Amino acid sequence: MDAFTTHTGTAAPLRRTNVDTDQIIPAEYLKRITRTGFEDGLFVAWRTNEPDFVLNQPQYADASILVAGPDFGTGSSREHAVWALLDGGFRAVISSRFADIFRNNSTKAGLLTVVLPQAAVEALWAAVEADPTTQVTVDLRAKQVGYDDVTVAFDIDDYTRWRLLEGLDDVGLTERNLPDIEAFEAKRPSWLPHAQPVR
Amino acid sequence: MPTTLAEKVYEAHVVRRTAGEPDLLYIDLHLVHEVTSPQAFDGLRAAGRTVRRPDLTMATEDHNVPTLDILAPIADPVSRAQVEALRKNAAEFGIRLAPMGDRDQGIVHVIGPQLGLTQPGMTIVCGDSHTSTHGAFGALAFGIGTSEVEHVLATQTLPQYKPKQMAVTVDGQLPPGVSAKDVILAVIAEIGTGGGQGHVIEYRGSAIEALSMEARMTICNMSIEAGAKAGLIAPDETTFAYLEGRPHAPQGADWDAAVEYWRTLRTDEDAVFDREVHIDAASLTPYVTWGTNPGQGLPIDAAVPDPASFADEGDRRAAEQALAYMGLTPGTPLREIEVDTVFLGSCTNGRIEDLRVAAELLRGKRIDADTRMLVVPGSVAVKAQAEAEGLDKVFLDAGAEWRGAGCSMCLGMNPDQLKPGERSASTSNRNFQGRQGKGGRTHLVSPSVAAATALTGHLTAPADLQESVTV
Repeated sequence: MDAFTTHTGTAAPLRRTNVDTDQIIPAEYLKRITRTGFEDGLFVAWRTNEPDFVLNQPQYADASILVAGPDFGTGSSREHAVWALLDGGFRAVISSRFADIFRNNSTKAGLLTVVLPQAAVEALWAAVEADPTTQVTVDLRAKQVGYDDVTVAFDIDDYTRWRLLEGLDDVGLTERNLPDIEAFEAKRPSWLPHAQPVR
Repeated sequence: MPTTLAEKVYEAHVVRRTAGEPDLLYIDLHLVHEVTSPQAFDGLRAAGRTVRRPDLTMATEDHNVPTLDILAPIADPVSRAQVEALRKNAAEFGIRLAPMGDRDQGIVHVIGPQLGLTQPGMTIVCGDSHTSTHGAFGALAFGIGTSEVEHVLATQTLPQYKPKQMAVTVDGQLPPGVSAKDVILAVIAEIGTGGGQGHVIEYRGSAIEALSMEARMTICNMSIEAGAKAGLIAPDETTFAYLEGRPHAPQGADWDAAVEYWRTLRTDEDAVFDREVHIDAASLTPYVTWGTNPGQGLPIDAAVPDPASFADEGDRRAAEQALAYMGLTPGTPLREIEVDTVFLGSCTNGRIEDLRVAAELLRGKRIDADTRMLVVPGSVAVKAQAEAEGLDKVFLDAGAEWRGAGCSMCLGMNPDQLKPGERSASTSNRNFQGRQGKGGRTHLVSPSVAAATALTGHLTAPADLQESVTV
């Protein structure tokens, strides 16, 4: 995945709670077997049916930071939701609460999910609604979001931060610990189930 | 230190623990389906990696499969290509696959338990959020994304942080006509779609202990709709009785050793949960959802809520948006909502007991003339069992459609979809906008409410049918 250190861009205010994965990308787009090219499915129902949807407004069309209501990414485990946001030009999503699987997927694919208190989200909404050209900086090194003269700190565990800063993928890191895995496997009870041979 | 059931299972699978890093957790069973796996296999190929433990991996075709003409090639070329990719990957990497037409094919969360691959104390993952279903056996089971699917294929492990612990205790006796589905819809309405975020939920209490394995699966299945990482229930005699004799359950001395271990899988009496919720089973009624997230549910006796009644601005706006999408007016009694389609099936409610409950209500009756009812068994084995019991005839005689096994209209990746503006009563798990088809409107219900609704054409509790008979 691409490393994430710091990113500056404009932000789109998505004033909705519970933005579920089916809204981020509907199931029909999940039939593809590729890992890129999902931008056509991103928020497609809202982009199609709601003229005033935030991403239909020209002043937010080039936004690269999405600022959403609480419980963003609820629902399915589809990593396609993260891929669609990345393909759609987003590098970071800010919300007061993310669904666990979505957040986890985001850390595997290089989309930064930033948890801010709801009051800070509301303030950011107000700022980018007042001036859509507001430059927002999401700085993973400093663990802070900045715009105008406002700076808000955010928390992220050190390990995930390090992986994102370095753009590392987990499989290679885990393979360094192969002896631990082999030792664990040697101790597993023999009665645990095996899918093969077929019974 | 006293620990919870989830903590015991978690700790028993820690391969490596180092300060400043997530734990490395061993995975006992990896379930795979066609939708979330192709990019993971591509990743393995690109890096020249193999599947570490094909023997701990099981694949099936479920999301895309048509429920009519299941032995013909899939008509939709994109769906067909995805299924064919899974077949190719399973063959190349040596993974067992239950393809369409196979006796073991079905929804991934139905076939794991059915084959006895799902057992207490295991760690189970799948690229599917409803993997929480398997927690009904006292397993730690959770959904993962495609990058993690690739990680498990390559290493049979996952980096994890220990989740927080939550207890949902349901004590007392459920009233007649109130099922596991109503319990979990009530729980989600109570704690919200983010209420379980970061937690594993253990469902406990006398009402949970009294449930069958299939009912327990229904509850654990929808843990994700409450935002939880997983849901689980301590294994007991009901669990052991369900497992004994299943194809992949231990046998002979192995069975005895396994049961001895499984009996230790209980939360210690003085273990501390980070959050606790109590629900009185006797107070529950059939629940239905009125909105576009699973937390927007109410007892069927209620009316469509007025958005103005929500104190929180976010909730109020969400309710306004939901009612606009659902085409509902505040104050309308939920029972007066008319549906076009009833869907009985899915990993939530597509098991034999679900079909039996619905068939009993439909036996000898005809469904409403303007309502279509789709009955989709969760697996080929469930279908065969239902047919052996004559349930297919009951559904067909009532005017319902009897289909092949798969995910079907739960998410409409196959041809089973709602048309724009159509309204369903659905035993599935998500009422998201467009989930069952573009513009489709979904009300989540239990199997018995689904059957009662099919008979009347509007949202109906099973008890309503009896009342109308006595009148």
